[in-house]
Amino acid sequence: MSPQQVAVIGTGQTVFKKHHDDKTYVELVQDATLAALADAKMTPDEIDAVVFSMAPTEFAGIHDIEKWSVDSIFGAGKPLMRVHTGGATGGSALHAGYTHVASGLFRNVLVVGADRVAETPDAQHILNLIWDRFYEFDFALNTVTMTALSTQRQMARYGTTEEQFARVVVRARANALKNPYAHLKGKITVEDVMNSPAVAWPYKLFDCCPRSSGGAAMVLTTLDGAREKCASPAFINGVGATTSTVFQGDKTGPKADVEYADLAELEIAGKEAYAQAGITDPKKQIQVAELYDPFSSMQFPQLESLGFCERGEAPALSDAGAFDLGSDLTVSPSGGSLCTNPIGVTGLVRAIEAANQVMQRAGDMQVSGVRNAVATAIGGSAQFYTASVFGADHL
Amino acid sequence: MATEKTQASDVISGEWNVRYNYSVGKVAGTFFDALKERKILATKSSKSGISYLPPRAYCERSFEPCDEWVEAGHEGVIEAATIVSAAFEHLPPPPYAIAYVRLDGIDTAMINFVRNLDMSDVGAAMEKLKPGTRVRVEFIDDPKGEVTDFHYVL
Repeated sequence: MSPQQVAVIGTGQTVFKKHHDDKTYVELVQDATLAALADAKMTPDEIDAVVFSMAPTEFAGIHDIEKWSVDSIFGAGKPLMRVHTGGATGGSALHAGYTHVASGLFRNVLVVGADRVAETPDAQHILNLIWDRFYEFDFALNTVTMTALSTQRQMARYGTTEEQFARVVVRARANALKNPYAHLKGKITVEDVMNSPAVAWPYKLFDCCPRSSGGAAMVLTTLDGAREKCASPAFINGVGATTSTVFQGDKTGPKADVEYADLAELEIAGKEAYAQAGITDPKKQIQVAELYDPFSSMQFPQLESLGFCERGEAPALSDAGAFDLGSDLTVSPSGGSLCTNPIGVTGLVRAIEAANQVMQRAGDMQVSGVRNAVATAIGGSAQFYTASVFGADHL
Repeated sequence: MATEKTQASDVISGEWNVRYNYSVGKVAGTFFDALKERKILATKSSKSGISYLPPRAYCERSFEPCDEWVEAGHEGVIEAATIVSAAFEHLPPPPYAIAYVRLDGIDTAMINFVRNLDMSDVGAAMEKLKPGTRVRVEFIDDPKGEVTDFHYVL
């Protein structure tokens, strides 16, 4: 049985910033819902099912916050599920929504969520709690330290420098200037990044994402639904995902099945998504990549895993401007997760930005001539990986 | 409902306090008991030939139970390391060094602190923690049967 065609016909985001003092969580998630429904030219009663995108609720401080949100996202009277794969949550929620429509069981599906990562003063304390109490919790693992560890290995393996990571930050903040929803944006220099306070080697403060608050939503429908409602939908033509052990130390040594430094699992997810979408030469067929990159070192191994260059080549290509706005591959024209990280919807925002590019609705961020875009999400103890390919043409 | 709240930045403060008792089980229990005797025990699957630290009850690569215990060497090689300079709530005061180290005879790397390292110059200290660097295990004076009974030193 082949899957039904699935189209994105509406997307919505709130502004992302550290605090939304004027709204509660459920009011924020409703703002995103209303924006996506308006964009899709749809009323709440036309939505057949809801997928709620939300990672650990300890940041926002209301346990299993989807329960509070049901009334605000028009979930009552409909099937609703929450999806949670850590940082990959938004990518996995998109895939769940895709599957709802692709299966033929539902016509119109809302994928929605919101996060408030700075409602508690230290997100990294909460992130430390994801490791087991027996072997790993005591050693200060969190998202900063776990990615700093794999980055040190990446640098030793390929000779990548701190300045090369800093250039990624400079590009991201500049791209975000055109994004009305982005949290951090501005003209900064490599020196600004290099001189920002040390966090965990090789990371300085500017190598790290902010803790963002805001909501995001997307409306998915069938091919027929898209024809009725939308002149230029984005078709979800490929969804690939894979999962890895919690024990990052298993990804080292001669018997490892994936390489810790390479985010190599994304190669598996990417190949699956490409095969579904008919992408045989990503360098020629894909014009935009919206990458899940909350730390400056996460772009290079993803670009390599997704086949845009060979292992170890991305840093030099980045230096040469190969991933700048308007080049053959524009990387994260929105500024990406480095500029905005509302964890529970970060992966969904990547998907929204990729879909908007394909729909020619990315506003000032619009890259010309986008036919295909890829979005990624990564979560857990470097465990959950999703890749999604959006196309202007359906399969 | 149009509300003209004037105190828009008002917040309500809250705190969660939750206590737990984690069941240890046989595998972790055997590992912890061995630590008291200054031994680091790994599990191994005879089917896949892979030995695991931290020890696992089950080998996910062969889909078979781990059926052997093997003792890890007290030296090994750094696979990844970092030095943390920023302070995080409920985490150790910085600076501190952590590393994934693959102990001799074992196929996977286990995280722990790297102690007795001069971190006054972080860049210089990181030069000493490059992947491939040999380190050794050092036990605390009175092992209690916890993973923090040992750490790595250069």
